[in-house]
Amino acid sequence: MGNISLNQVTKSFGDVQVIPPLDLDINEGEFVVFVGPSGCGKSTLLRLIAGLEDTTSGHISIDGNDATQLPPAKRGLAMVFQSYALYPHMTVRKNIAFPLRMAGLDEAAQNAKIDAAAKALNLTDYLDRKPGQLSGGQRQRVAIGRAIVREPSAFLFDEPLSNLDAALRVGMRLEIMELHEKLKTTMIYVTHDQVEAMTMADKIVVLQAGVIEQVGSPLELYHAPRNKFVAGFIGSPKMNQIEGPEAAKYDATTIGIRPEHLTVSKTEGMWKGRVGVAEHLGSDTFIHVHDTGLLDMMTVRITGDIEARHGDTIYLTPVADQMHRFDEKGLRIA
Amino acid sequence: MARAITTQKKVMWTALAWAFGLMMFFPIMWTFLTSFKTEATAISDPPVWFFFDWTLENYVDVQARSNYPKALMNSIIIAVGSTLLGILIAVPAAWSMAFVPSNRTKDILLWMLSTKMLPAVGVLYPLVLLAKWLGVMDSRLLLVVVLMLINLPIIVWMLYTYFREIPGEILEASRMDGANLKDEILYVLTPMALPGIASTILLNIILAWNEAFWTILLTTVDAAPLTKFIASFSAPEGLFYAKLSAASMLAVAPILIMGWFSQKQLVRGLTFGAVK
Repeated sequence: MGNISLNQVTKSFGDVQVIPPLDLDINEGEFVVFVGPSGCGKSTLLRLIAGLEDTTSGHISIDGNDATQLPPAKRGLAMVFQSYALYPHMTVRKNIAFPLRMAGLDEAAQNAKIDAAAKALNLTDYLDRKPGQLSGGQRQRVAIGRAIVREPSAFLFDEPLSNLDAALRVGMRLEIMELHEKLKTTMIYVTHDQVEAMTMADKIVVLQAGVIEQVGSPLELYHAPRNKFVAGFIGSPKMNQIEGPEAAKYDATTIGIRPEHLTVSKTEGMWKGRVGVAEHLGSDTFIHVHDTGLLDMMTVRITGDIEARHGDTIYLTPVADQMHRFDEKGLRIA
Repeated sequence: MARAITTQKKVMWTALAWAFGLMMFFPIMWTFLTSFKTEATAISDPPVWFFFDWTLENYVDVQARSNYPKALMNSIIIAVGSTLLGILIAVPAAWSMAFVPSNRTKDILLWMLSTKMLPAVGVLYPLVLLAKWLGVMDSRLLLVVVLMLINLPIIVWMLYTYFREIPGEILEASRMDGANLKDEILYVLTPMALPGIASTILLNIILAWNEAFWTILLTTVDAAPLTKFIASFSAPEGLFYAKLSAASMLAVAPILIMGWFSQKQLVRGLTFGAVK
């Protein structure tokens, strides 16, 4: 249970086509992340799968059955929304019970499932409270609780962590990953945060303007980005992309070097530059280098701490086998 | 100095508000006072304010001369009935306008409101003919339906405004949770919009209660509500001010009491759309 496949699916709002014909297969038990800049159509794609939006053309099938025309309630999927979308007039217990009530379960069966879910999510003490009396993290857990009691064939997450503060976000990220390990249910997760994508996904789908730029495992995307867009989007800090004569030396229109694949020296190296800002994180140092003649600013990531002051002269050398090359269309040259 | 000015301003505004409030309240107070006077004192010039022989005879007379309980019952049935029927129709209408709007939704809303600009008397003749043909003249059913139709645009507008404040994601969540349209409206939308629905009900009960044109023209005896009851005391051979006042007090008392207890909801209803 939990195979989802999209076949030539398109979506238009009025005259504007936000998703051009798109094919995608999601396998049972996979954790798939849709990632892309805002407005790339990732949420629309998720809503098409959920059935909250109608497809303009094409087919969606869930577990081999055509679900294109099925209402959301009949698709057997559960969704966690960015705003949590809890029912404010119901207690936590009633919120979690709602899908069970809609499925016609009797009260004893409902309570057994609710108690199990509440225990797993540390919500037992809050079952009689209303959503308004809970913190953001607790609300998010209630939303997840409401999703898991249905035992859906797949979970859909629409930027579920973006309303939480940074510390809570990391914690919830781990909880969702553990949930996936435990349930082994297909999960589709939408985010604009490439760190979430890299850490959580079995398979990342990178989208831009409704088009799938690349599908692959996080490390595939990191090591072999199919084009300049994916190369720039995956990885933090962003990959340095150099055009012009320097790239021509390598038979490419553009060469890309990730900040962590540059070595630094104060005396010698391939490219000379001047230190702009150095960000010391303790574990790493990010140095933003100007006046290289290649880019306005190049970013270097050095493990550990390094002394670098504003205005210092610095030499950069790329790690030879970690250079990415792209042709005039922006596609990867193998 | 600044402080002195604000205090002065405060006093001025307070005095102005009180003056305005008293002005608005005066007709009701005068009706109240007149209802306890004799007919002679009621029309005396200069008017007598508080020092007269207070009497309950007008109330006794009014009760004896007409059937107050029946008129009261008719008013309640017509006002509550037309409002609830309207709500029943308006909830799905407002739901579709608020959550699945089309390009024409705004136009439809305006068109609905425009029907309120039509002078009521313009449709009097066709409506009376229709009612006669159906054999429902002077029936409570007729008035329930007519008043419902008259207030429907307002009910839809008010509910639409309240529904728009409800995040669509919550309704979508209920759809994902397996709710069909009926469940969604019954278990999610309605409870969340309850304060709004309550103010809509209250305001429309008051509107229907006070509606005089249709209630007076379409009823004779059986379905005559309190408006007709008041009108029956303004005789062509001269006005009996004291009795008219007593009848008026009896007619407005129930709605006044209801309004008093639901002030908070009403204010929200009257300023709908103005404050978020």
